[in-house]
Amino acid sequence: MSPPTGTGRSASNTSTSTSTSTSSGPGSGTGKLAAGTGGGGPTRLTSGLRGFGHFFAFCLDALRGLVRRPFQVREFVQQAWFISSVSILPAALVAIPFGAVIALQLGSLVRQLGAQSFTGATSVLAVVREASPIVTALIIAGAGGSAICADLGARKIREELDAMEVLGIDPVHRLVAPRIVAAALVAALLNGLVSVVGVAGGYFFNVVMQGGTPGAYLASFQALGQLSDLAVGEVKAVLFGAVAALVASYHGMTAKGGPKGVGDAVNQSVVLTFMLLFALNFVITAVYFQLVPQRGM
Amino acid sequence: MGVEVRVEGLTKSFGGQPVWSDVSLTLPAGEISVLLGPSGTGKSVFLKTLVGLLKPDRGAIWIEGRDLARLSERALYEVRKLFGVLFQDGALFGSMTIYDNVAFPLREHTRRSESEIRAVVHEKLEMVGLLGAERKLPGEISGGMRKRAGLARALVLDPQIILFDEPDSGLDPVRTAYLNQLIIDLNQQTGATFLIVTHDINTARTVPDNIGLIYHGHLAMFGPREMLLSSTEPVVRQFLNAQRIGPIGMAEEKDSDELRAEAEAGVELPPLPPIPLQLAPSDGRPRRAEQSPGRWCEEHDVVPPAGSFQGVRGSVWQPTEALR
Repeated sequence: MSPPTGTGRSASNTSTSTSTSTSSGPGSGTGKLAAGTGGGGPTRLTSGLRGFGHFFAFCLDALRGLVRRPFQVREFVQQAWFISSVSILPAALVAIPFGAVIALQLGSLVRQLGAQSFTGATSVLAVVREASPIVTALIIAGAGGSAICADLGARKIREELDAMEVLGIDPVHRLVAPRIVAAALVAALLNGLVSVVGVAGGYFFNVVMQGGTPGAYLASFQALGQLSDLAVGEVKAVLFGAVAALVASYHGMTAKGGPKGVGDAVNQSVVLTFMLLFALNFVITAVYFQLVPQRGM
Repeated sequence: MGVEVRVEGLTKSFGGQPVWSDVSLTLPAGEISVLLGPSGTGKSVFLKTLVGLLKPDRGAIWIEGRDLARLSERALYEVRKLFGVLFQDGALFGSMTIYDNVAFPLREHTRRSESEIRAVVHEKLEMVGLLGAERKLPGEISGGMRKRAGLARALVLDPQIILFDEPDSGLDPVRTAYLNQLIIDLNQQTGATFLIVTHDINTARTVPDNIGLIYHGHLAMFGPREMLLSSTEPVVRQFLNAQRIGPIGMAEEKDSDELRAEAEAGVELPPLPPIPLQLAPSDGRPRRAEQSPGRWCEEHDVVPPAGSFQGVRGSVWQPTEALR
């Protein structure tokens, strides 16, 4: 392009009259200056509360998504398969030393108290009631939740979720609801696996390493244990799975700020899930002991 | 036939920081409009507000007698079926092949058989020139192909309103020219209402029927193409002609001192370049909202810059002899 010359300028001067229907001109500079109010303590408090509010609203949406037809069976199967594939092996590998540590600790403690015949009962109850749901929670939050959060977060920053909404499909119904059900189901199954592996590990350490008798191990367990112990463990696991999926989905779907935002979201979601699950575990255990009478000896 | 979109007094802010305020415009049914603006003025935010992905602070968006800003979540999902949106990077679902991506809206919203779906997907993929790439995943194709696949997916439900978020960013000039031609042809065939957000000047000069310019948190001007291209309003003039002289600075708007210095130094605005002809549909038929070149200027007693409305339709603007 050649630089404009005098002839060009005169041409433009004659050609341009003021345009007819414009809005106000530029540069009045009101908008930018009026901004930037707030800041300080109250804002931080309200923004924190707002985060909680958004999370609860999201949970309600997700629960509504759970009952809405049609349920996304395909997505559910894929997710259940995916979550179990990332969690089964670590869960089993964590469960063996966990059961062994409980057996060793309780074995020596119970012997000091002179109640060797009850080592079986103590270690099995500890594994089934507490250790197994906790291990399940750690694995579901750490392996399943982080994967869910990273997946949804990546979709969010690639605008896939926006695109889905624009195509008239609710991502909460389409993506989150199947993940909640999948995580809850896998957690329940994982809890069973961890219980079996943990009890087997405890049995091995008690009988083989510490010289306990198999008969005493099983008999004492039957004297103190009851079916509701297993039931409460499963209830815990189902709730842990659902909560982990909810928190992970929420953080994934609200991720912002590019790839770093996804990393931050995963980090936050895992930390928050751990805190929530341990608190929830305490509450359920406390309620369980109030509601279900324990067997005497 | 397309649907009219009427925006009234729309205002949006993030955390107390206004993005733009009091935006009022009407996208005429079946016409192509372009929304321009310097980077970071919230053009994409405007697009997302228009489809209800973001809630405006104030104002209304009227589509078929319904105000999008006040619809319930469920009603919003219904209205969105009128829209097709092409996102900046195509926003394809990364876990699905191109074919499944394009078939996705059909599978979710219609009860068509798989063979009917295949026919529609085939047609749309042919339209954007992606036949043969159906089995590829979005990660395996180039950015331009992703964009075209995104367009095929946006078109598959025969939308009444099609929104483009920077269709030409990251594309080479040849592909941009093809895409622009595709937009014109689509508009001529479907009669849908188009809104293109861009900062490609050549697209803005030749493709639309209407142009809008967002600048400094408000809509500086919106109206027929010829009105903006012949406008002497400093911002419009500076932006549409990609000049440094004018109120838009590198970071944000120039302050008054700079402007005064510019005026005192006697820097004069370069002349307006000639107004090019609009791109024509490739089948030779007229555009939906076609008017004879220069009609708006004649009706409003505006003399267009010398050399306007000459040359081959749709060719890239070249300075004519008169200006050299």
